[in-house]
Amino acid sequence: MTDRVTRSASTTPPAPAGGVVPPPTEKRKKRYSLLSRRDRITLWLMAGIPTFLVIFFILLPTAASIVLSFTSWSGVGLDKIQFIGLKNYTDLFTIYKPFWPAVSHNVIWLVFFLTLATPLGVFLAVLLDKNIRGTRVYQGALYMPVVLSLAIVGFIAELMYAPEQGLLNNLLGRTAQGNQISWLGDRDINLWAVLVAASWRQVGYVMVLYLAGLKAVDPALREAAAIDGASERQAFFRVVFPVMKPINIVVLVITAIESLRAFDLAFITNKGLNGLELLSTLVTNNIIGETSRVGFGSAIAVVLLAVSVGPIIFYLVRALREENE
Amino acid sequence: MTEITVAHNLSATAVSARRRKKLKRAGLQAFLIVMSLIWLLPLAWALYTSFRPYEETNRLGYVSIGGVYDLSNYETAWVDGELPKYFLNTIIILVPAVILVLLLASMMAFTVSRYSWRLNLSLLMLFTAANLLPPQVIITPLFRIFLALPLPPILSDNGVFYDQYVGMMTIHVAFQLGFCTFVLSNYMKTLPKELNEAAVVDGAGVWRTYWSVILPLTRPALAALATLQVTWIYNDFFWAIVLMKTGDKYPITSALNNLKGQFFTDNNLIAAGSIMVAIPTLVVFFALQKQFVSGLTLGSTKG
Repeated sequence: MTDRVTRSASTTPPAPAGGVVPPPTEKRKKRYSLLSRRDRITLWLMAGIPTFLVIFFILLPTAASIVLSFTSWSGVGLDKIQFIGLKNYTDLFTIYKPFWPAVSHNVIWLVFFLTLATPLGVFLAVLLDKNIRGTRVYQGALYMPVVLSLAIVGFIAELMYAPEQGLLNNLLGRTAQGNQISWLGDRDINLWAVLVAASWRQVGYVMVLYLAGLKAVDPALREAAAIDGASERQAFFRVVFPVMKPINIVVLVITAIESLRAFDLAFITNKGLNGLELLSTLVTNNIIGETSRVGFGSAIAVVLLAVSVGPIIFYLVRALREENE
Repeated sequence: MTEITVAHNLSATAVSARRRKKLKRAGLQAFLIVMSLIWLLPLAWALYTSFRPYEETNRLGYVSIGGVYDLSNYETAWVDGELPKYFLNTIIILVPAVILVLLLASMMAFTVSRYSWRLNLSLLMLFTAANLLPPQVIITPLFRIFLALPLPPILSDNGVFYDQYVGMMTIHVAFQLGFCTFVLSNYMKTLPKELNEAAVVDGAGVWRTYWSVILPLTRPALAALATLQVTWIYNDFFWAIVLMKTGDKYPITSALNNLKGQFFTDNNLIAAGSIMVAIPTLVVFFALQKQFVSGLTLGSTKG
């Protein structure tokens, strides 16, 4: 809806003062003359303070991560920073044992979300969009975990997965010593157990977003498809899904970003060790651990940055294109 | 004769089609009921466990009915876990952070959506990109910055940003600015631009235009964002475990992890503690669902 309003606004001729659309140069002069000196200072401050905060606390540290990743530094005394070239990276790729497991766990996380959690969320949204009886109740049940913090999700997961006291082993009759399944302790299965817990929240999140998108689709489209003899499935895949492209991309980006940001659940379960290594937990453990190696930690962060840049740029390019339409 | 058979056949297929449709609906209902029950189970299980004293579950087993149900776990978690202290910490960080982030984001959104500058779009892109970064990308240098960046004694008992409420507030504001600016600027773009012209004609300056004309019209988006931000900042676990040291100053979500093992010795207590910490967000779920959802979708309907 937002989309339509802006688009129609941009087709009307640019306003002489304070317009949204950048007017041609001739009018630009006129527009600025309408802003007093005081107004211009106010505007600068209104944009300047937030911009400063974002640059200083987010972008500067990002850049610093990149620079520091080529150095060796204990963290004290700026003059002690030594440039050591690519050594942090070669150490990371060859010597540091948790690195490749962490990368593969991040990839598994992403693939699990992309192929199971997100499609399930989309599927449920499509079902709930049919306006069947009780749809609000179902929506509420599925979306409830979205408001919970991942920390709480982690605790509730422990209540389900605990070897002796957990619901799962109790239901499976595997609570006796020696017969227990250690869902969160066994490094062969704990990643999957945590992924199921993470999906508990992700599915609802995707469902809410997608449902809102579906509600905005013009019903006439579906009616037209039905009149043309399309089955419900055909109508969805050939008509509705293509129209939903903006939402599809948002959901895709959110899925990717959430997978790269995965941290809380792994950290709460076992500090992100023993089968739950992720790039994010490696960075964190490097800071709060005993031996803080700033350069090395930054190198891990840069790897995380490098893989995050893909979805971010993809998203920005699309947003930019839409802006120009 | 033939006519009658045709009519008969027609009505038979219509009936079977209707029946098939009915069956399909029933299948759909069954599927959704099963999914909903699965989805509710973990929380229901936590709730159920939290009402049973440890001795009872020990005696009867965790999966059992009967015995004593009481609030003793809540009392123990509340008192021994000192939950009120951590709730207060969260409020100290949360309230100013949400007000500030909405104020700053609305000012930024106002300047980029209601006026055209050269840097307009690049700034908006910059903000959005900053918002999408995983926090761990910036944490290593940020940790050093927090240790070194001075704060006046009135705001900090150790003279720097590290281990301070103000530090926590600052990082929340900085990190959430991108998303809020993005949502608010999309919203403000939909307001008719004649509003600005009218304000100018009436002799209002930039600040008056923002504060008395545009901001009040942005109220629905602000309400949705406030709900979302309260939930997100309340739910944040990461920043405090790195940027704070003193356990007593931890916000509730991060404190919970320290309490586990220290005070929350059994699953019944963990359940009670988790439920109590989840209550504020569950209130959001039950009372402010509309705001929460519209906040989420405002961020996705465009861009």
